[in-house]
Amino acid sequence: MNFPVIVDVTLREGIADPEGATIERALPALGFTGVTNVRAAKSFRLDVEATDEASALAKATALAERLLSNPVIENAVARSGRGSTP
Amino acid sequence: MTRIGVVIFPGSNCDYDAASAVSELGATCEYVWHSATDLSGFDGVILPGGFAHGDYLRPGALARFSPVMEAVANFAADGGAVLGICNGFQVLTEAGLLPGALQKNRGLTFLCQPTTLIVASTRSVLTCAATKGQELVIPISHFSGAYTCDDETYEALEANGQVVLRYRDNPNGSRGDIAGVANEAGNVVGLMPHPERAMSTLLGSADGRVLLSGFVSAPVDVH
Repeated sequence: MNFPVIVDVTLREGIADPEGATIERALPALGFTGVTNVRAAKSFRLDVEATDEASALAKATALAERLLSNPVIENAVARSGRGSTP
Repeated sequence: MTRIGVVIFPGSNCDYDAASAVSELGATCEYVWHSATDLSGFDGVILPGGFAHGDYLRPGALARFSPVMEAVANFAADGGAVLGICNGFQVLTEAGLLPGALQKNRGLTFLCQPTTLIVASTRSVLTCAATKGQELVIPISHFSGAYTCDDETYEALEANGQVVLRYRDNPNGSRGDIAGVANEAGNVVGLMPHPERAMSTLLGSADGRVLLSGFVSAPVDVH
């Protein structure tokens, strides 16, 4: 059975995020004040074949740690993608 | 004569420049396709600049799984001289053959300009012919060149003399102005600047010669 999974890849705490910082600096010029701590991240959507959702998430976590993220600077978290469309 | 292998990944684009540079310095050069699994007979291996596998996902993220990388890891473990230039440096960090990672430049712009480097350590196959403190003008050409690592790694790099080159005027936000690092043994080196593009004063600088001539002669000392 296929389970939809979403993997969020975020920069580890303390790692500089020039992309997030640039977005944050651009917001006041557009009238969006009071927005802070902007961090840019990547999101992946996968269909994972497994017997149950827990195994699908475990498989997605394993592949995320091996390929989708660089553990030196990033964290990867897999969550259920139920309701999401490819 | 020193025999150098220049690895070509799909998307490498500094392979010819690297081969031309080391050939000019007296080495015999051969191209090695990324699907190769055997590096025996080489004294040194260069991972050139470019956009291996389109830099999809992250620079070097897919290239590190090219078959040749297992051979490169074994070659390095046996003490062979390995040099990663620009994208090649990114591949070496992704493969875990060098510590740290390369992030997008501070300022989020692609930087293509001459930079002044300071030789921080001569205990590596790349800097062995240079002098500590020597200033070298060598161009950079990258979007993801900001070197980063955690505090523990940074302290270890400093303590072991693994920081081999620093920027005099940090262009990209690299931690500690780092432009190039070596592994603990000094036989694997990566740098973001392009020494193969600094081979002639006619083209701006010949300061890359002292680095690459060191690399070409280094394998004899390392083995």
